[in-house]
Formats: sequence, structure tokens, C-alpha cells
Amino acid sequence: MDKLATYALRLGDDSLVAGQRLSEWCGHAPALEVDLSLANVALDQIGQATHFLALAGELEAKGRDADALAFRRDVMDFTNCLLVEQPNGDFAQTIARQLLFSHYQELLFTELAASKHARLAAIAAKAVKETSYHATLASDWVTRLGDGTEESRSRMIAGLDWMWRFVDELFVIDEIDAAAIAAGAGVDKSALRPAWDMRIDAVLADATLERPAPRRPVLGGRTGRHSEHLGHLLSQMQFLQRAYPGATW
Amino acid sequence: MTAADELERGPATRSAPGGVRSNLETIAHVLAGVPDPEIPCVSVMELGIVREVHADRVIITPTYTGCPATIAIERMIREALDTSGFADVAIETTLSPPWTTDWISDEGREKLRAYGIAPPPKGAAAASLRNETHAQCPRCGSMNTEEISRFGSTPCKALWRCKACAEPFDRFKCH
Repeated sequence: MDKLATYALRLGDDSLVAGQRLSEWCGHAPALEVDLSLANVALDQIGQATHFLALAGELEAKGRDADALAFRRDVMDFTNCLLVEQPNGDFAQTIARQLLFSHYQELLFTELAASKHARLAAIAAKAVKETSYHATLASDWVTRLGDGTEESRSRMIAGLDWMWRFVDELFVIDEIDAAAIAAGAGVDKSALRPAWDMRIDAVLADATLERPAPRRPVLGGRTGRHSEHLGHLLSQMQFLQRAYPGATW
Repeated sequence: MTAADELERGPATRSAPGGVRSNLETIAHVLAGVPDPEIPCVSVMELGIVREVHADRVIITPTYTGCPATIAIERMIREALDTSGFADVAIETTLSPPWTTDWISDEGREKLRAYGIAPPPKGAAAASLRNETHAQCPRCGSMNTEEISRFGSTPCKALWRCKACAEPFDRFKCH
């Protein structure tokens, strides 16, 4: 796969796994409004994934479309960051993941919308408007839970603590990013970190929460070294195409 | 360029002698009869989903990235074109520039209001996306309203409540 195809694939995998994970809440959320919110965010993310994966398939030029990339790759071929595959846990843990990821996505897509690659720019310009809603939703909930009852506060702290190990990976750049940046197509994610820190710190201050203590970062998602959690997620998401390869309706 | 601009610009849009409609006008007329599958009171033209109308192709844009109606909308447009004798007119999808609620026509906004959905204020593209301005209740007209949930029954709507008449209502999100 050429480097730009891999670049698009990573963007698609991030959105796909985030959306699939979030959709597990459908029908189980604490309140109807929350259920609708999480399902809407999941839909947006899966929509982003469809566009990025379709582009990755075209750049790869081996006849794989977005569905083939989503449903017919095994776990080691997935290039998403480890954050998005983390289990939902309780509502606070899910919201912690959404806070960290949606602010990252909003900053990333804002920059990517200025990409010289017209397709990447178009997808990002469209997605960033939605991602802004996701970031606001997550921020509001972190504030409510963090500055809420003793129970909600302790859960919010635990949720952030669980997810914090996976933050550094979001901003790591490697040769795939470097090639995309050099071509004027990609974003230097490492440069987004200060803006991301400021946003997260502002939300945490609103929520009367402390920033979690620094953790040894866990890396590996971009090169297919995933946690056990992703395999289970894929076994559900890909069930139909595994059981009935090529099935359509 | 909007579909309406295109109609005004194109030489073929001038009515032919004898009052016979040009193909462009007829295609636009056919598309004006295609309702949005989730909000059937407005057409795909009024929502700004149709971006350009040409003699050989129609260019459409999705409203929301993940909107499940996108595929249904394309199918409905295809069917309407086919049954009106425009099977050779292709449908192309473009993402750029991204759809905004500013493209909803004035008639479309009025129809949304009559249907019980508070239309988005104009200038949404430049304004905050956060719905910080208050929506007007589409039932009683009061501005004494509040947001219940930013995400509603479809990706394009938020759930609001009127504190004057106590009715809940949908608000089309500024986008």
C-alpha cells in the first residue's frame, strides 16, 4: 500500500473503530437523549470512515472498496490508534474517551481541511463541523459528571485515568505521516498537542478535575499491534462477512 | 453555485418559443418533487442537497457525513429522473464545499416551520455551531425555549422545548 493510502486508511480506521465502539451503547445508554446522542456521534464517525476508507481503497488501487477494507481485514491489518478501541466501561469511561478523541479529531480535521489533497481536504472540511458537536457533547458531560455527585466524580476520574495512557499515541508521527506532510497532504499531528492540551485543561478546570498523572504511553496501533479488545470488536462488526463472505442485500 | 444560480445562468433555461420547458427546467421541476425521506415536507431542492443541474448530470451533496438517508436520497432522485424520461442524466456526489443549512431555501424554511421543526437561522456557516441563540417555538411563536438535547431523532435535528406552551419540538441544527 502506498504511503498516502496508508495515511487515509489510518484516518478511516480511527473513525470506524471509534464509531463501532460507540454504537455498542445503542439501546443501553443511561437516558434516551444520551442514547440518541451517542448513536448520532457513532453515525457521523462511521460516515467519516466510509469516505476515508473509500479514498484509501482508490489510492491502493487493488479493487478494495470501503466495505472490503472495513469487513475483510484481520486485526493486525487495522491501523487505528489504541484509544478508540478501548472498552466502553461505564458511561464516564466512554465520555472520557470521547473527550480526548473528539478534541483531537476537531483540531486534526481543521488543519486537514487545508490539505493540498483535494479529497482529504473535502472530507475533513465536512467532518470537522460534526466533530465540533462531538467535542462539545463530551466536554459538557465531563463537566456534569466531574462537577456532579461524589459517585459521578469518582467514575469520571477513573474513566480519564483508564484512557490517559493512550493519549500520546495520537500525536506521534512516523514515516507515513512525514511523507504525507512533505507532500502537503497530511497534518503534523505533533504540532497539535499544545492546542489540545489547552482545550482539555479548560474542560478539566470547568469540571473541577485534575489532569491525570503522566503515564507510560502505550503505542502500537498504527502498526497493527493492538489490545485484545479490538479483536472482540471486529468479531462482532465483521461477523456477517466472516460467516457469509461477499454477502449483499 | 446553487442550482438556482445555474438555472438563471444557463442559456438553455430560457423558455423555448411556444412556452415549451427546457430540459434543465424540467429536470429541476422533477427534483423539486423529490421529498427528503426523513423530513418529507421539504424537497431535495429546498434543502440544498441538489447543488447543480446540468443537461447531462445532477450534482448532489450529502447533508451529514453519516446521514443514513444519503443513499435513499440518491435512489429516489434516480427513480424520479428515470420515470420522467431522464435515464441518461447522471447523478454525481460532491463533498466540497460542505453542505450548510444556509442553503435551505426560504420556502424550505417556511415549510419546516409549518411542519413543526424550527428552521435554522441564516448565517449559520459563519456563526457558532453551538445553537446558543434561542429557537422560536414553531407552534406558539414564543422565544422562551430551551435545548433538551443537542442530538435529536435524526442527525440534522436537536431536541428543544417551549417553556411558554410546554410543547417539545425539533430544531434544525445550524450547520
